[in-house]
Amino acid sequence: MTTQTVLAEAASVGGGEAVTFWILAPLALIGAIGMVWARNAVHSALWLVLTMLCLGVFYVLQAGPFIGMVQIIVYTGAIMMLFLFVLMLVGRDSSDSLIETLRGQRTAAIVLALGFAGLVGTGLYRALDGVRAVGLDKPNGEGNVQGIARLLFTKYVFAFELTSALLITAAVGAMVLAHVERRKADRMDQIATMKARFRPGNYPGPKPGPGVFATSSSVATPARLPDGKLSERSIPEILPARELTAEETSLKGTEKK
Amino acid sequence: MSPVLAAAQDPTLADFGKDPWWLVLIKILFAFVFGLLATLLGVWFERRVVGRMAVRPGPNQVGPFGLLQTLADGLKMAFKEDILPRAADKVVYFFAPTISVICAVTALSVVPFGPKVSIFGHWTPLQVTDVSVAVLVLLACSSMGIYGIVLGGWASGSTYPLLGGLRSSAQMISYEVAMGLSIVAVFMTAGTMSTSGIVAAQAHGSKLDVLGWNVTAPGWYAILLLPSFVIFFIATVGETNRAPFDLPEAESELVAGFMTEYSSLKFALFMLSEYVSMVTMSAVTTTLFLGGWRAPAPITTFWAGANSGWWPMLWFFGKVLILVFVFVWLRGTLPRLRYDQFMRFGWKVLLPINLVWILVLAGLRSIEDWQTRDRLVATGVGAGVLLLATLFWPSRKKEPKPPLQEQVNSRPHGSFPLPPMDLQVPPSPRTKRVVAEREPANVVAGPDSREV
Repeated sequence: MTTQTVLAEAASVGGGEAVTFWILAPLALIGAIGMVWARNAVHSALWLVLTMLCLGVFYVLQAGPFIGMVQIIVYTGAIMMLFLFVLMLVGRDSSDSLIETLRGQRTAAIVLALGFAGLVGTGLYRALDGVRAVGLDKPNGEGNVQGIARLLFTKYVFAFELTSALLITAAVGAMVLAHVERRKADRMDQIATMKARFRPGNYPGPKPGPGVFATSSSVATPARLPDGKLSERSIPEILPARELTAEETSLKGTEKK
Repeated sequence: MSPVLAAAQDPTLADFGKDPWWLVLIKILFAFVFGLLATLLGVWFERRVVGRMAVRPGPNQVGPFGLLQTLADGLKMAFKEDILPRAADKVVYFFAPTISVICAVTALSVVPFGPKVSIFGHWTPLQVTDVSVAVLVLLACSSMGIYGIVLGGWASGSTYPLLGGLRSSAQMISYEVAMGLSIVAVFMTAGTMSTSGIVAAQAHGSKLDVLGWNVTAPGWYAILLLPSFVIFFIATVGETNRAPFDLPEAESELVAGFMTEYSSLKFALFMLSEYVSMVTMSAVTTTLFLGGWRAPAPITTFWAGANSGWWPMLWFFGKVLILVFVFVWLRGTLPRLRYDQFMRFGWKVLLPINLVWILVLAGLRSIEDWQTRDRLVATGVGAGVLLLATLFWPSRKKEPKPPLQEQVNSRPHGSFPLPPMDLQVPPSPRTKRVVAEREPANVVAGPDSREV
């Protein structure tokens, strides 16, 4: 329903195309603004996803169904997902702080951004005013995918392969930098672990459980060894040692007073 | 069936986009209702089949054969309390299940259910729409569906769901790579990315000239591109988070993974999306590899009209049902994989096999127009190289272990004492062997419906 009509009407803006554009363009803009405004990093990423989805549909509208779908699959589906992956690991409560580190930074940024947007907008408007898309039928003649494939594997094959080599180099480099491989000699095998465990001075058995006495059912109560001594090994180290008050040691009243 | 009639039945890309608005609405509604109904029956089907495999009746109380059990469960789910965790990110928490469902259902819109039929006088294909990149639309839907799970896990605001969500994103991205690569073989053979075109390409086997004989290659890509089919199906199981690859909701490790905190209708939506995507993936597999709505081979020889009119829907649903059964079968019989095994399987087994297979296929296709002798030589050289590489591949076989006594003697000083190798414990004279007489069970096994 979409591609065919769009392909036919690529030279002029059709009704369906205009409607889709005026629905999605504000959404894309909202996504972009939301991405900048959102405090939470994950929300920012989600706004960006919205913008990217809208862009994907725009590409489809402009008689480029392949690039539109690739935009959705690769950028929105895979790359943004990896972004999200990292952001989630950062922690969900980390939000941007609004403290200005440089004085007047925010005002300057706003002025510069407005100026830049104005320049680009005017430039684009003046350059593209009254421009009609021509010659779309020829490259799309045997199909959009086929046309792209022909260009990619004939004219631009060298650039394409170079880009892929660059990406692979980057991936391998990141892996080499991040991946720590331990030498075989450094690894403790079973024999070494066993020897370390039975070394004199290291008690190989399990630690005794905390003692439970009639006066207390606390895990902070140390166990008694057979000779009557208290075993410090039986209590977790992180528990603070403290005396219980008389109120705490007395039975909790369950009967009515 | 004459070729002219067959051509009239076969929808092409030019046939789409000409329906009146009410027909489009009917088609969309049909795809949507198909997804929902398939879920309703799919849950029942799965529980009955798994029950049968576990030698128990399964749900059999509500409605005939327990058919309405899912409906009852769904109603119960709707009336449950909808719990919103305090730490949850409210908006994202609300949207995550809906994203899942929307993506799962949307994928059904490019699946061809049948050939062109006449609906109220309109001659239209039984498919919501088709574009020149329809298979990429399917991939896009499945890659967007990951967001539902990941965001659901993140927005719940607790640890297990987050772990489940992260797992699922890693898992689904990995298996999407394998899935995309196995579709490449289909694209190369069919020469198109539109689903109706792929179905049409599987209609007739191509004539091959092998050693002077004229051989008709099978039309179905499941046979023609067997490695791709196998890898694609494995990847769909990984992609739909179904057992044995249901690591995102591994209940033995992560409680219920990304859906731990979900309850009521939101939970129901997640369940719905899982089953809809199972059915969608089965439908996609049918379309890409099993000839789509076309009747299986022997039927068309006896009955020429099997591929026309409304009959193809029957074949289509039959194939989908068989694939759904395989999904359930896998769930009923295979234990869950460990996470690292699963990732290793995806990246180190499925991916290399797929790449090599695509290379071989591309090689075979590029020498198609050569002369017979050259072609044979090229194929032979390639096969020879492959054989030699397999033969002389450095094996990782370990040296044989020394005998047991030697191992025992060479243990380091201070090792744990071992009992002698030939130790035989004599039976204690005080132990009497007591053989309990079992009374025969006198409970008569009742018919299916009497067991509760």
